[in-house]
Amino acid sequence: MKNMTKTGWITVIGMVMLAILPPYFLLNGHAFYMDLALRLVILGIAAVSLNLLLGHGGMVSFGHAAFIGLGAYAVGIPSYHATWGGFDLIASYNGLLHLALAIGVSALFALITGAISLRTKGVYFLMITMAFGQMAFFLFQSLDVYNGDDGLTIDVRSELPFINLDSPMQLYGLSYVSLVIAMLMVKIIVNSRFGMVLQGAKDNNERMVTLGYNTYFYRLTAYVISGAMCGYAGFLLGNFTTFISPDMMHWTRSGELMFMVILGGASTALGPILGSSVFILMEEVLSSFTIFWHLPFGLMLIGLVLFVRGGLMGLFKGKGE
Amino acid sequence: MMLKVSNLVTHYGTSQALFGVDLELGAGQVATLLGRNGMGKTTTINSIMGVVPASSGSITFEGTELVGRPSFKTANLGLGLVPEGRQIFPNLSMWENLVATSSNHLKITNPWTVERIFDLFPELATRKGSMGNLLSGGEQQMLAIGRALMTNPKLLILDEATEGLAPLVRQKIWAALNLVREQGMSILVVDKNLKDLLRIADRNFIIERGKIVWSGTSDELRKDRDALHRYLGV
Repeated sequence: MKNMTKTGWITVIGMVMLAILPPYFLLNGHAFYMDLALRLVILGIAAVSLNLLLGHGGMVSFGHAAFIGLGAYAVGIPSYHATWGGFDLIASYNGLLHLALAIGVSALFALITGAISLRTKGVYFLMITMAFGQMAFFLFQSLDVYNGDDGLTIDVRSELPFINLDSPMQLYGLSYVSLVIAMLMVKIIVNSRFGMVLQGAKDNNERMVTLGYNTYFYRLTAYVISGAMCGYAGFLLGNFTTFISPDMMHWTRSGELMFMVILGGASTALGPILGSSVFILMEEVLSSFTIFWHLPFGLMLIGLVLFVRGGLMGLFKGKGE
Repeated sequence: MMLKVSNLVTHYGTSQALFGVDLELGAGQVATLLGRNGMGKTTTINSIMGVVPASSGSITFEGTELVGRPSFKTANLGLGLVPEGRQIFPNLSMWENLVATSSNHLKITNPWTVERIFDLFPELATRKGSMGNLLSGGEQQMLAIGRALMTNPKLLILDEATEGLAPLVRQKIWAALNLVREQGMSILVVDKNLKDLLRIADRNFIIERGKIVWSGTSDELRKDRDALHRYLGV
């Protein structure tokens, strides 16, 4: 504790506030704030997963929203068939099955798309990840059985042992703990030798290769971990909104995720969560004043990028950090 | 021979940089690659490491052909490169630079550790937590050598080993390389400090316009005024 940096303290304070305030608001009859916090925490998990790629691995993935969508459909499709029949193999309300599908399908999608995308660099990587994301978007848009563009309503949430996801408090509890675990996982990965190789490859890939590391393998592993983590966020989002649509996978959603990471501060622990908090709160506040809320929001972001180094977390950095 | 380069030809696009380089290095030997700027020293090293693909010719390391082999597989055979310009990972701390790259693919019995690197370069021990980009040029070069040693190579290749360093730091680098050599490591080194190089080298190769034009021992080179003047401008 004595050696904790200023940003470390900010992270602890921020996480404690996130643990206390939303349940307090809910208990005092302000369910709206709980909804807001749930969105924030779930998108925070997605942003943390993207941060592993973007912040620590230097891989600017523009198709990350596809994993959220896959995770959400992993809840929606089995639940839909359990209600309306068909596709007996997966038709179920069993939350553990939904969870396994969300993580498994996302990891598999990441493995296949990552294996191809990671053969490219820079802007080509960005474009190819966006193309894969859009492929997923158009695939689900064309699936009439799941209402295509109109989306799918989840009538029954995932049924998990010991946790009732119909209870906002319990759903929030699960989401919050998941966020903390996601943050710790990324921290452990980043501080491990695997993480060091990943960061070294971000700085100078050729040098890392000539030191004997097949960085392609390291990057692909990080891509799969990140995709699976983001798919898990989709699982939570599907259970939270109980409505899913291909729009969740659109490239603009990937852009928003990227925005959150950069806004908060890439390659920092709290940055993605701070970014998603500010993004969601600003969206709520500014849109209550004007329907053209994107304009002041955009100006604010431009100012931040121009004048603050390292995103919002850069504002809190102490000497020597 | 530990390293044998035969008739190595390398192109950058349509432009030919190496015109049939031949060089050899025995186990435990120190060889230098000398020549003026732009003659092909770095290209030769990069071709050996597979960073720049060779167009033709052969490079064998302990009998294994390196041409066409990916860089990381070449490195894992026991070739450690200290690149020109150091190329430290700036966003990793000094300690992380060493730990991230440590490996022992050849299962060497007494592998290099961070502690052994600190024994070799005591200056580094005090800068453990400093980020790579905050180290001085000399510290970065020591770290670059340490980083390459942490891969436990059999052959250490240094491109511009002491370029841009203060004389005192240069002496520390040469002293460290002597120590490493005494422990049985082979070294291929490129540098401009001829006096220091000749003191450490068993064999010297002079490259001129992408071709080895002279080779011999340090004593032979010291005596060959014509070669020194014609190829190295001394």
